[in-house]
Amino acid sequence: MHPGSLLATISPHFDMDFLLKFVFPPSGALLGGLAITIYVAVAAQLIGVVLGVLSGLAGMSRRALLRSLNGVYIWFFRGTPVIVQIALLYYGTPYLLGVDLFPLDIHIGGLDLAGAVLAGILALGVNEGAYMSEIVRAGILSVDPGQAEAAKSLGMTYRLTMSRIVLPQALRVIIPPLGNEFNNMLKTTSLLSIIGVEELFRNASSVAAATFKPFEPLLGVSVYYLILTTIWSTIQGRIERRLGASTVRVDQPGLWARMVGLRSPSSGGPAR
Amino acid sequence: MGSDGRASLAELGGSGSLISQRNMFDAIGGVPRPATDTVMEATGVEKSFGRLHVLKGVSLTVRRREVVVLCGPSGSGKTTFIRCINHLEKIHSGRIFVNGHLIGYREQKGKLVEDKERNIARQRQEIGMVFQRFNLFPHMTALGNIIEAPIRVRGTPEAEAIEMGRALLTRVGLTHKADVYPTQRSGGQQQRVAIARALAMKPALMLFDEPTSALDPEMIGEVLDVMKELALEGMTMIVVSHEMGFAREVADRVVMMDDGRIIEEGTPDHFFTDPQHERTKAFLSKIL
Repeated sequence: MHPGSLLATISPHFDMDFLLKFVFPPSGALLGGLAITIYVAVAAQLIGVVLGVLSGLAGMSRRALLRSLNGVYIWFFRGTPVIVQIALLYYGTPYLLGVDLFPLDIHIGGLDLAGAVLAGILALGVNEGAYMSEIVRAGILSVDPGQAEAAKSLGMTYRLTMSRIVLPQALRVIIPPLGNEFNNMLKTTSLLSIIGVEELFRNASSVAAATFKPFEPLLGVSVYYLILTTIWSTIQGRIERRLGASTVRVDQPGLWARMVGLRSPSSGGPAR
Repeated sequence: MGSDGRASLAELGGSGSLISQRNMFDAIGGVPRPATDTVMEATGVEKSFGRLHVLKGVSLTVRRREVVVLCGPSGSGKTTFIRCINHLEKIHSGRIFVNGHLIGYREQKGKLVEDKERNIARQRQEIGMVFQRFNLFPHMTALGNIIEAPIRVRGTPEAEAIEMGRALLTRVGLTHKADVYPTQRSGGQQQRVAIARALAMKPALMLFDEPTSALDPEMIGEVLDVMKELALEGMTMIVVSHEMGFAREVADRVVMMDDGRIIEEGTPDHFFTDPQHERTKAFLSKIL
């Protein structure tokens, strides 16, 4: 049976051929959208991890000022919608500062970048940092305090203790929710469509508008998101298994369990 | 036991026989030569956890090559006290000197101000510590645990650190365990790796915080044997322990703590056969 025939019997409007052509072979524009989605997600996640480590450490600092500044950061970015933050950064700050922060074309190094893409990466990255902060903090707290004491007793400084002893062990606790965060990030990039970033969703929306077919392009682009998140799940599983090998063995859910979401609540990130 | 009574390395033989005496001596840290004979001096150390006053003016002097065993009922402050010696705990008054350095603090106008983290880290390089629960780094091999601090903290070249690390493993009877992840091994093996790890920094003073309390009975001996050899080689040691057999055999002095104070101290002979304090008598009658 043709896979589309069930949908066709439900609705006479469904155009299977259109869907298949949209998905494969993908148009140049769709491939471009795919590329933007991937690199925006990777770049924003990297910023998020760096900010998350800094913020997580700041949250455990002995200095009260640092702790409270960090508290405000997390409070604001977890307490407001990311779509508002995106608009605030892209439309709001240039207006406020009277400087065109995000022009149409930006050249950084050898890289050509649309201003909206840069704004999107920054907004998603800074937002992600606030979530990663809690994950990093939980990871650090999961490490036996005796580890830091042993490191200190050997004459290691705070920096060495963290970078060589505590953070590597915290990774075991950080990696699973970090993977979930990146899975989220791959999908959250679609919000950048509101500031005109030509990522997957905006691309599909344009096709939908131009062809008066609101269903097929969006279903088609869903296939692309599914491919991305499924590939990522596989990679994540491998990373986690490798991390588990050198220390305590952790039961990892298989690909199927991850896909359908049969995961223990403890391995998830903080609720959004 | 007087210093003359200590067995020489050659007599010890055993596991260390593969390497030359001199190397072995270097590997275990050698014998420090401070300007004075005093390695650790604590005067009037006070410490509270909230309202709980755990150290009520502890004073103790430990001289080079001396082995001091701290004993006393749980809650008497002995563990807290040795954790103060390498500044894992802050103190509220008093002074602790190791090799002539005031530990953890600077004196400003007669008041103690906590020293910079970097300076404290430097001071700790001179003080080895062995923990009750080993605290080995689980993401590193046995050898990795040992060479980490020499390489990262002391800047020892890697090849040299590895050579020293292997010698230390041989020294604690674990020649062939360099590449195992020690947290999957027995407690006795873990503790011996932990001792080797502390020795790799060539400390002037070794602190042992109940090193055999978390071990199964059949593993206690192997750890005590390593400690005994270390003592015989002249390492200055402060040992919190309930192992009275070890104290009787190895200690130069046994110190009894109770309720945050040192209530009695003496040579093992004196301490075990003729205790003066009622609390000491009661404690010994329970533990012996």
